[in-house]
Parts: sequence; structure tokens; C-alpha cells
Amino acid sequence: MADEVILLDYWPSMFGMGTTKIALAEKGVAYEYKETDPRAKTSLLIETNPIHKKIPVLIHKGKQICEPLIQLEYIDEVWSDTYPILPSDPYQKAQARFWGDFIDKKFYDPSWKVWGTRGEEQVTAKKELLEHFKTLETELGDKTYYGGDVFGFVDIALMGYYSWFKAIEKFGEFSIEAEFPKLTQWTKRCLERESVVMSIADSDKIVEYAYVLRRKLGAE
Amino acid sequence: MVDEVILLGYWPSTFGVRTRIALEEKDIKFDYREQDLFNKSSLLLEMNPVHKKIPVLIHNGKPVCESLIQVEYIDETWPGKIPLLPSDPYQRDQAKFWGDFIDKMVPGLVRLMWGAKGEEQEAGKKEFIEMLKTVESELGDKTYFGGEAFGYVDIALIGYYCWFDAFEKYGNFSIEAECPKIIAWAKSCMKRDSVAKSLPDSEKVTELVPELKKKWLCLKSL
Repeated sequence: MADEVILLDYWPSMFGMGTTKIALAEKGVAYEYKETDPRAKTSLLIETNPIHKKIPVLIHKGKQICEPLIQLEYIDEVWSDTYPILPSDPYQKAQARFWGDFIDKKFYDPSWKVWGTRGEEQVTAKKELLEHFKTLETELGDKTYYGGDVFGFVDIALMGYYSWFKAIEKFGEFSIEAEFPKLTQWTKRCLERESVVMSIADSDKIVEYAYVLRRKLGAE
Repeated sequence: MVDEVILLGYWPSTFGVRTRIALEEKDIKFDYREQDLFNKSSLLLEMNPVHKKIPVLIHNGKPVCESLIQVEYIDETWPGKIPLLPSDPYQRDQAKFWGDFIDKMVPGLVRLMWGAKGEEQEAGKKEFIEMLKTVESELGDKTYFGGEAFGYVDIALIGYYCWFDAFEKYGNFSIEAECPKIIAWAKSCMKRDSVAKSLPDSEKVTELVPELKKKWLCLKSL
């Protein structure tokens, strides 16, 4: 069987949409992309991710790998002869995994509440999200990328959320550039990479999409 | 240079147990330092400024946080001894998927143990049982989650075993009745030195519950 790689994902997904795509692009891996709306719960989605029934799902030679950060590690291990995503040193690797885990656990909930709710719930979520941005900005410091000079695991994990930043700013009524200049410069550096540009969704389209969802959620 | 390994933990923590087991499996000498979570030490706050939580593994002065990340770190730093994760990328990532799934059982357990009596507690119990059944299907008739070798997924789950009596008492149900294979598996794991040494006594954990409830309610009201 040829090195068949399929990715089931959904263009506006907040689950690090772009994370897995960026990693595949960095490694120069050809793959078939299947747009999959997780709400539709198609038989393919249920068959490939029966436990969580969520996207993204990476299918390689018929085997499925779920969870974006696990997919990143898998991609790095299988296509190990090109561009390393994780450092080889165990301590540096553990640090990268820690920050990936931080982004994975801490970002999603307050992020969607900032664009998807209003009133007290939104205010609380915004306060929490701003704290997380601050933590991430402090961790970045004056480095070029989170791993130092090399674009890698943590950068890819965080850039997966980038296309939602504009929606978060708009509905949260704050400016990431004004509050977090280092993070902003870092996003600009990441956006110079082809792998990132070809993988992430258009921010304006996400804002439109968020508008529609906000009305459905009763936040508008 | 002789390795200096320190583990900051809290004796009833299911997460700290994981790291202890991994260190014991690899026969690594370490200095265990009991932490007071209601009066956190400056060392803990310095070594885990982001989450301020245990366990924290400090290896030659450098901290590694999050229990499953610590287990992986231990496996990669001391590879010569018993491997805790498979070498095949797909098998390894399946193991991590299940470790992540087991971590996702926590919110249900929090509702079961600390939630409001009635609906919230029942919802937590239902969620826990469903997830444990899913994990049990994954175990199937294997000795351990990885097959014949004790490893990462076993380590991820076994820490909860010392809390099973407490879950059953406060949730009013029998885990053995719901998931007999899990209980059989846990008893096999308990025969391993690394596990027997690392797991706290179930009775002591259950006795601690009313005190923990009071302390956490106190903290919440501050």
C-alpha cells in the first residue's frame, strides 16, 4: 500500500485547525484532505474516531491517529528524515510537550467563550484568556520561535489557533498587538512560512463564521 | 555526574503515583518530598510557576511538569532499562491516546466525589462508568494494555485504583460489577513491586475524603 495519508478536518475548527496541516506541510507530505463537518457525524468520522467522534483525524496506511498534538508527534516520528518538529533532547522535548499541553488544555474553553458568549461569562473568559496570552508571551520572551531558532512543536500548536485570533479580538474587544507585542511579532514570523500560510483558514472568513455561530448561541 | 532526582508530590494524588511508578520501574533513586497543597512551598511555586501543581519532577535542578509528560521523559532519559512506551510510532501514539483519554476521566470523577449530591454526582458517576467501560474494552483479555509488557497506559490508569474504594463508597456502586476485567488487571498490577511501593493505602485515601472536602470548600470560599 502506498504511503496513503488522509486528513479529516473542518476548515473553521478551533481544535488547532491548521496544526496537523502545518506539520504535514513542513515535512512535505502529500495527503488527501477531506472536509468533514463534525456535527454531521458521518460514518467515516465515526469509523475512524469512534471514541471521541471528533476531527481532526489523521489516517496513515489505513490506521487512524486522533488528537492534534499526538498527530504532530506521529508525523515527526514517521517522517523523521526531514525537518524535526520536536527537539531530540529529552528535557527540551518535555518542555515542548508541556507548552503544547498548556495550549491544548487552557486555550480552547476561554477562547470560544470570548467570541461565543456575552455578559459575565464573557468577561470571566476574557480575563482568563488574557492571562494565558500573557503566560505565552512571557515564555516566548525574545526568542524567534518557542523552541529558539527553529520553528517547531509549540509554534505549530499555537498557530493552529491563529485564524481565530481576529474573531477573539473583535468579540472580546481587545487588541492582541497592543497587549502582546512579542506574540504579535512571532505570529508575523510564522506567517512568513509557506507551511503556515497554506494551512490556516482565512481570519475574515472565521469572523463571518463566528458571527453566524454567535447568533445561534444567542450571544448576538 | 550522579543524577539528582527529586519528586514533589502529595501522597493521595493519582498523578504523583504515575511518576513514582515510572521511577521505580526504571530503578532510579529519587528524593520524594511531600507537599502541602493548602500551603504551597516556595520550591513548588518556583518549579511549577504556570500550574503550581504536583507532581513536579526535578532532574539535576531542572523541572518537568505534568505526570504523563514526566513518564515519557523518564522513559526517554533512562532508555536502557524496561521500556515504558512501544518503539513503533503508531503503537506509541495509541498509548498516548489512551493516556489522554484516561486523563479526560478526571472531570467526571471530580463531579462524582466533590459535586453536589443528587444530579451532579449521578452525572459524574455515569460518565466515569462509561469511560471506564471504554477503557476496559481496550484492555480486552490482555494482561496489560500494551499486551505482555507493563507500560505507559497501565501507569496512567493504576493511580486511580487507590481511589476506587472511595469512588464506590461515595458513589454507591461496585466497580467490579461494572468492569470486572479492570479489577482483575489492577490486582495483577499490584503484584508489581513498583506499583505496590507507590500506591497509597486505599483505606487511608477513603478516610481522608471528608477532611479534603472541608479544606477545599474552605479554599473556595476565600
